[in-house]
Amino acid sequence: MSLTENIHIGRPTNRVDGRLKVTGQAKYAAEYPAADLLHGAIVGSTIAAGRITALNVEPARQVPGVVEVFTHENRGKAAWLDRSWRDEVAPPGHPFRPLHSDRILFDGQPIALVVADSYEAARDAASLVSAEYEVREHCTELERKRSEAYVPPEKRSGIPPPPDPRGDPEKAFEDAPIKISRDYRVNAEHHNPMEMFGTTCVYEGNDKLTIYDKTQGSQNAQGYVTSVFGLKSKNVRLINHYVGGAFGSALRPQHQLFFAVMASLELKRSVRVSLTRSQMFHIGYRPDNYQTVSLAADREGRLRSIMHDAVASTSHYEDYQEAVVNWSGMMYHCDNVKLSYRLAKLHTPTPCDMRAPGAAIGVTALECALDELSYEVGIDPLEIRRLNFASKDENTDKQFTSKALHACYREGAAAFGWDKRKSVPRSMQDGHDLIGWGVSTGMWDAFLQKAEATAKLSADGKLEVSTAASDIGTGTWTILTQIGADAFGLPLEDVTARIGDSTLPTSPVEGGSWTAASNGSAVQAACEAAKETLFKHAKKMANSPLADSEFEDVAVSGGCIFRIDDPGKRLAISEIMHAADLEEIEEEGKVGPDLLQMMKYISYTHSAVFAEVRVDEELGIVRVTRIVCAAAAGRILNPKTARSQILGGVVMGIGMALHEEAMTDHRLGKIMNHNLAEYHIPAHADIENIEVIFVDEHDEKVSPLGVKGLGEIGIVGTASAVANAIFHATGKRVRDFPITIDKLLAA
Amino acid sequence: MNRFDYVRPDNVSDAIRALATGSSKVLAGGTNLVDLMKYDVERPGRIVDINRLPLKEITPTAEGGLRIGALVSNTDLAWNDDIRRQYPLLASAILAGASPQLRNAATTGGNLLQRTRCYYFYDPSTACNKRDPGTGCSAIGGVNRIHAILGASPDCIAVHPSDMCVALAALNASVDVEGPDGKRSIPFSDFHRLPGSEPQRDNTMSSGELITAVVLPPSDFGANYTYLKIRDRLSYAFALVSVAVGLTLKADAIDEARVALGGVAHKPWRDTAAEELLRGQRPDTQLFLKFADQVLTPAHGQGENNFKIELARRAMVRALHQAFAGTPQDQSVKSVQ
Ligand SMILES: Cc1cc2nc3c(=O)[nH]c(=O)nc-3n(C[C@H](O)[C@H](O)[C@H](O)COP(=O)(O)OP(=O)(O)OC[C@H]3O[C@@H](n4cnc5c(N)ncnc54)[C@H](O)[C@@H]3O)c2cc1C
Ligand code: SF4
Repeated sequence: MSLTENIHIGRPTNRVDGRLKVTGQAKYAAEYPAADLLHGAIVGSTIAAGRITALNVEPARQVPGVVEVFTHENRGKAAWLDRSWRDEVAPPGHPFRPLHSDRILFDGQPIALVVADSYEAARDAASLVSAEYEVREHCTELERKRSEAYVPPEKRSGIPPPPDPRGDPEKAFEDAPIKISRDYRVNAEHHNPMEMFGTTCVYEGNDKLTIYDKTQGSQNAQGYVTSVFGLKSKNVRLINHYVGGAFGSALRPQHQLFFAVMASLELKRSVRVSLTRSQMFHIGYRPDNYQTVSLAADREGRLRSIMHDAVASTSHYEDYQEAVVNWSGMMYHCDNVKLSYRLAKLHTPTPCDMRAPGAAIGVTALECALDELSYEVGIDPLEIRRLNFASKDENTDKQFTSKALHACYREGAAAFGWDKRKSVPRSMQDGHDLIGWGVSTGMWDAFLQKAEATAKLSADGKLEVSTAASDIGTGTWTILTQIGADAFGLPLEDVTARIGDSTLPTSPVEGGSWTAASNGSAVQAACEAAKETLFKHAKKMANSPLADSEFEDVAVSGGCIFRIDDPGKRLAISEIMHAADLEEIEEEGKVGPDLLQMMKYISYTHSAVFAEVRVDEELGIVRVTRIVCAAAAGRILNPKTARSQILGGVVMGIGMALHEEAMTDHRLGKIMNHNLAEYHIPAHADIENIEVIFVDEHDEKVSPLGVKGLGEIGIVGTASAVANAIFHATGKRVRDFPITIDKLLAA
Repeated sequence: MNRFDYVRPDNVSDAIRALATGSSKVLAGGTNLVDLMKYDVERPGRIVDINRLPLKEITPTAEGGLRIGALVSNTDLAWNDDIRRQYPLLASAILAGASPQLRNAATTGGNLLQRTRCYYFYDPSTACNKRDPGTGCSAIGGVNRIHAILGASPDCIAVHPSDMCVALAALNASVDVEGPDGKRSIPFSDFHRLPGSEPQRDNTMSSGELITAVVLPPSDFGANYTYLKIRDRLSYAFALVSVAVGLTLKADAIDEARVALGGVAHKPWRDTAAEELLRGQRPDTQLFLKFADQVLTPAHGQGENNFKIELARRAMVRALHQAFAGTPQDQSVKSVQ
């Protein structure tokens, strides 16, 4: 079956949910009403390590409206085995169990849940809960634990450990004429999506629950609830229609889900629990890390040796892992490579995937180091990247399904005007400002995950496509609608997408930039199946004009199925359904990775990021005046939502470069800037021109739709491009992110 | 956040009566008080909402200055024609602060009385002499990159976060207050205080007093002034260091100079002896450096904030150049002029 012309795919369609969002009609998890709703407020520990020796909940119980105070002494029933608490994306270890015991492993760890008939009463009472502790020694400072770093004994599923060394990297480093070895650090970051974590658990009687939760995976969260509380799957429905950002923080079920469900089951009432902004700093975060990158090259700049070592933080109860150093073995061609990745335990919650986990910090270090090397060699920083282009993945010895990175370099450089760059640092000035231009490569996985969908065509020609995907602001609602509309030649208004509900066809969590490729392809497959069924019925009709046709010969559009080469031969959908005595046609579609193909091929998204900064050197003030991000991401389903993804990633990358950091008082084991006034992300004033370019990239292998995904590539390489531009402007190299005024003044 | 009573008096004397009970708190714009209540730092037994008091006018004074009612919003103040004409320094400082939404809600009185942004002060699980006198100061030896380099004490190293107040200090404003014992006027330099051994006291108001107005004396700083604010991002962040400058010139030399620093001390910082150094002098970088060094002679870092000393020095020099050249920092321009 050949596709008819794509009317919607590839168009910058507005978000189908945009109007609902800007008019406040899109409901988020903590906004759903329920009869006799109770409200929970979480109380956190005030120490980072030790045991609770006494809890005083009496004053809280006295507050009018308080229904119950849960602590580890009266927590409701929950599963015993670790296994039951492990969600789809959990790293190895013992998943955190709220109120499990008197043990404290991180500051802010929940020690009580106050449930009251109003939010205000719950908050008031929560402030009256106090605890006594037996304080144990804690450590939140990665530097102090660096020497105890270990290679995680059990690997996290889906995260490739660093490959074995290849060649003789030490000797090659020794022998090379030009070399550098530098330490980098990207300070811990917190996701801080706009929407706070919230759950409304509606008690439907007899341990039957409808749960509205902020999550990136309704089925992952639903599975967690059923296994932790031993509930029947059919009795728990979990809904996440709209998610106000997440950036990875909602991949795993967070405490509020446990608390809302536990209280609901215990009290046989509907319960809502939300985290406060401060409490959002007591859940997962992008791990703190120290990285050493050693690079050696010949006099022309060809890489002779790459060594990249990273130590990253994890909690005392799980070994969170991400791919930090692997990128250094595949971004450039090099025969001598050694990569190592270790963890160190801190008294913090378990880190959690944050936009481009691993790459965002690992590629930053590599790309800064490569920039440093380019100055040592004395060649243009863009040239050194081109020169060392890797035409296959040398970690796995597999071919890339596509890699239009040269086009990114070329088109990005042209748009930026890179050829006008003066190579010597500090050579561009305007008044008090030193001007610098920097470049970086970016790289991120292009995954296809197992996903299922259904397509339901009704007799009036309208279409409904369903899959349990989530839209965390990425545009999933919109692209699934576009795909469905094109499959049946329908206007967007005639297509309804259904997502964000655990009862829909199986979907992975929304992460890893795989949703458009995976769920999109599943929807397309379901539509094709429905079309084929329609065609079969059409063929069977008496005197069918399509009797001699094959499925490949026909298309659907305008409410009819017709021969592509002879559109006069057509049948109306309504006619076909009527003849077959059907009200609707519903079919399933399934996609998943092609294991055979995966033995030979591997897929990545690539980018080239160009940055211009102006630095008022005297005052240490940096402004990022221009970014050009050129990405090779396969087929672009919707240039508008795609561009928004890149813009968001770039803004977050600028935040990584200049602003974001958790400031911890290591004496207390406490993050001190736990609010959005003091935890700085870029403000509007910090963002100037960002240009997004999608280079042509045709890839039939990466996914049936040819899509690679765009959620994460925008952040990768942005922080390094900015840091490299700062060096070019000032001749100062700051290797500790974020690059704040104090560090620039000291450099 | 705790339970509290709420009253909304219509006139100043009722408000003062309502304030007489122990744990009452004035609510103006609420942009600071409500946050502090949510963090359980403030737990007032009674909220006295003063938004119905007739304190929303800006009126000329007999001396040729302006009287600003305590409830004039930061936005209205910054965009008032008389203020923009006669006191552009004040307008500029206000626009350097917070965000448009916050400035719409924030009031003149509330801005003066906003509490420090010291991280520990906002976190009741930590020791803080300002919040809980006698418990200690966690910021010393802790996370203190935003803390004081001037006038700190062994009991508190917090800074006053306001931008507006830095301009008011340079303009020699005064604060009208009214309480159970009647009315009084407090010169701005005496209004905020250094922490000493009583960091819980931010200012010299007595309990039960209400700010009714801020009074500006006539000013000649309409041409040669600037407000330069250095912060960790280009908007919506408190000052690491800010400088308010007002100059009058005679021939090619400085006649009068006023320089106030923000973000460096428990109050807007002025050094009038150092200001005298500038009088009668022809301005150049050397002179400005000499001035800055004099102001910073007593400066002392706390570790993470050591950089603020050098930053303050450079910011003063740049700001003095801006003011002298008559090219004040435009708050809508993100590069420093
Ligand atoms: C995120 C954020 C960023 C900010 N950034 C900046 C910034 O960059 N620069 C800056 O200068 N400010 C900044 N602010 C602070 C803001 O300017 C103050 O919160 C505001 O000025 C306080 O005014 P208000 O009327 O809202 O005070 P309220 O919160 O109502 O009151 C503050 C205090 O003053 C008392 N009070 C108020 N009015 C009177 C009165 N007439 N008499 C007696 N007592 C009174 C209250 O009881 C309370 O203790 C920021 C605030 C926030 C939340
Ligand atoms: S600096 Fe002042 S406000 Fe901050 S912790 Fe110390 S005493 Fe409290």
